[in-house]
Amino acid sequence: MRNPQRTEKIAFFFLLLSTLLIVVPVGLVVVIIIQKGLPAINWQFLSDMPRQGMRAGGIFPAIIGTLYLVSGAIVFALPIGLLAAIYLSEYARDNLLTRIIKLAIINLAGVPSVVYGLFGLALFVVFFKFGVSILSGSLTLGIMILPIIITSSREALESVPQTFREVSLSLGASKWQTIRYIVLPNAIPGILTGTILGLGRAAGETAPILFTVAAFYLPRLPGSIFDQVMALPYHLYVISTQVPNVDEKTRYGTAFVLLALVLTMNLAAIVIRYRFRKKKKW
Amino acid sequence: MVKVDVKDLSIWFGAIAALKNVSLQVKANEILSIIGPSNSGKTTFLRMLNRLNDLNPNFRIEGEVVFDGSDIRKQDIEVLRKNIGMVFALPLPLPLSILDNVAYGVRMHGMKNKKQIAQKVEDSLKQSYLWEEVKDRLDESAFKLSGGQQQRLCIARTLAVEPQVILFDEPCSGLDPISTAKVEDAMVELKEKYTLILVTNNVKQAARVGDRTAFFLNGELVELDNTDKIFTAPKDKRTDGYIRGKFG
Repeated sequence: MRNPQRTEKIAFFFLLLSTLLIVVPVGLVVVIIIQKGLPAINWQFLSDMPRQGMRAGGIFPAIIGTLYLVSGAIVFALPIGLLAAIYLSEYARDNLLTRIIKLAIINLAGVPSVVYGLFGLALFVVFFKFGVSILSGSLTLGIMILPIIITSSREALESVPQTFREVSLSLGASKWQTIRYIVLPNAIPGILTGTILGLGRAAGETAPILFTVAAFYLPRLPGSIFDQVMALPYHLYVISTQVPNVDEKTRYGTAFVLLALVLTMNLAAIVIRYRFRKKKKW
Repeated sequence: MVKVDVKDLSIWFGAIAALKNVSLQVKANEILSIIGPSNSGKTTFLRMLNRLNDLNPNFRIEGEVVFDGSDIRKQDIEVLRKNIGMVFALPLPLPLSILDNVAYGVRMHGMKNKKQIAQKVEDSLKQSYLWEEVKDRLDESAFKLSGGQQQRLCIARTLAVEPQVILFDEPCSGLDPISTAKVEDAMVELKEKYTLILVTNNVKQAARVGDRTAFFLNGELVELDNTDKIFTAPKDKRTDGYIRGKFG
């Protein structure tokens, strides 16, 4: 016999189970990495070069490399992404072509990162002859996060009420003035949130930098944007699988630093969004 | 003196006709009220005058609208919108301070001198009867004002760019009777210097402030006459029915 209350209890159980199945593994990953990685963290580990075939010393060049790559990606991706988003949301007519473009951009966000890596190798490293370098790697990461930046910026721009635009235009402001002084200032928090989430992704990816910039081991820091660098995710892969007898503490320490970097960025995005919601006036 | 001359105006949004062959003249320094039920084309008429309808890609227009000696569609759109200002149905402050709201228009038109801007803001707020209430808190967010104050702020913002014609789109629809009276007082005062066109759902408001009143129905201009005539002896029995509240 059907008992609605029992059915509901069973449904609740499965809903709760599914939620726990998501939360528990994520929580465990974080807890284990903190537990095993935190003891490795000290000033020397963060600021020293790797020694003894990366079995000792620090991970300073990998941290610097990742920071360089992330900065390079943002310098490239934010202006282009923002301008494209402004065009798509404010200027482009709503027709089949722009709808296809918007759909394509959303789909680009789902392309596997290794494909971006190969693309970067073919275009920047080989065709433009930038070589395996910070420039190639930054551009590749930039292209990978462009769809994220465009999509989130477009949503931020479109969430600014249409009435604000009408008021501004009705006072005789030009379209560009309206965008510059009314739409953009009110969309900036959303744009920043999307950008930071994109950067978090860029910091953590291995495949796009594998062929375009990442060095297995470099005993010195890069001198120009045409140098190779080490990077945290690739370094983690190297010391975990390619170099024998690396101390577990070192590996988890590296993972901890990478995780902390990405989580800090995500946290920054959350804080910005939260502060903006509190300030939001309409 | 004729301020705006509308000749054989028709407007479509896609296949839907919003206005059909409307011809009317707006005189300088009068308040022209436009009344009529929903979907009669009142607001479309108003938004046509400062070309806000142009934002709709399906908008199509025929006929002639002469302002300042030429058709409005041949004029520079930013100059036209500065000359023909608009006050919207709901108070719509920009997410800026009180001062920046009023200063927005003149800044966009190139005024940079701080003293000049401050003077402009004060003059405009005085004209809309808001100055005394806000003079000590010009830097506060405009959203902290009450609804009626916000609407008078919007009027001041429109006045600041020195328009010749001001369009009011149901400016009191969200306001209580006291705030409504203040806005109406401001309007009557303003017609000394400006030409006002008032779209309203409130027939009594049209009777109170309008010099002349136009009755729109289904996109057509049914009747336009002096306000006291419209309300005492309308020629068309549809006008009579509407102001007596028999439909709409």
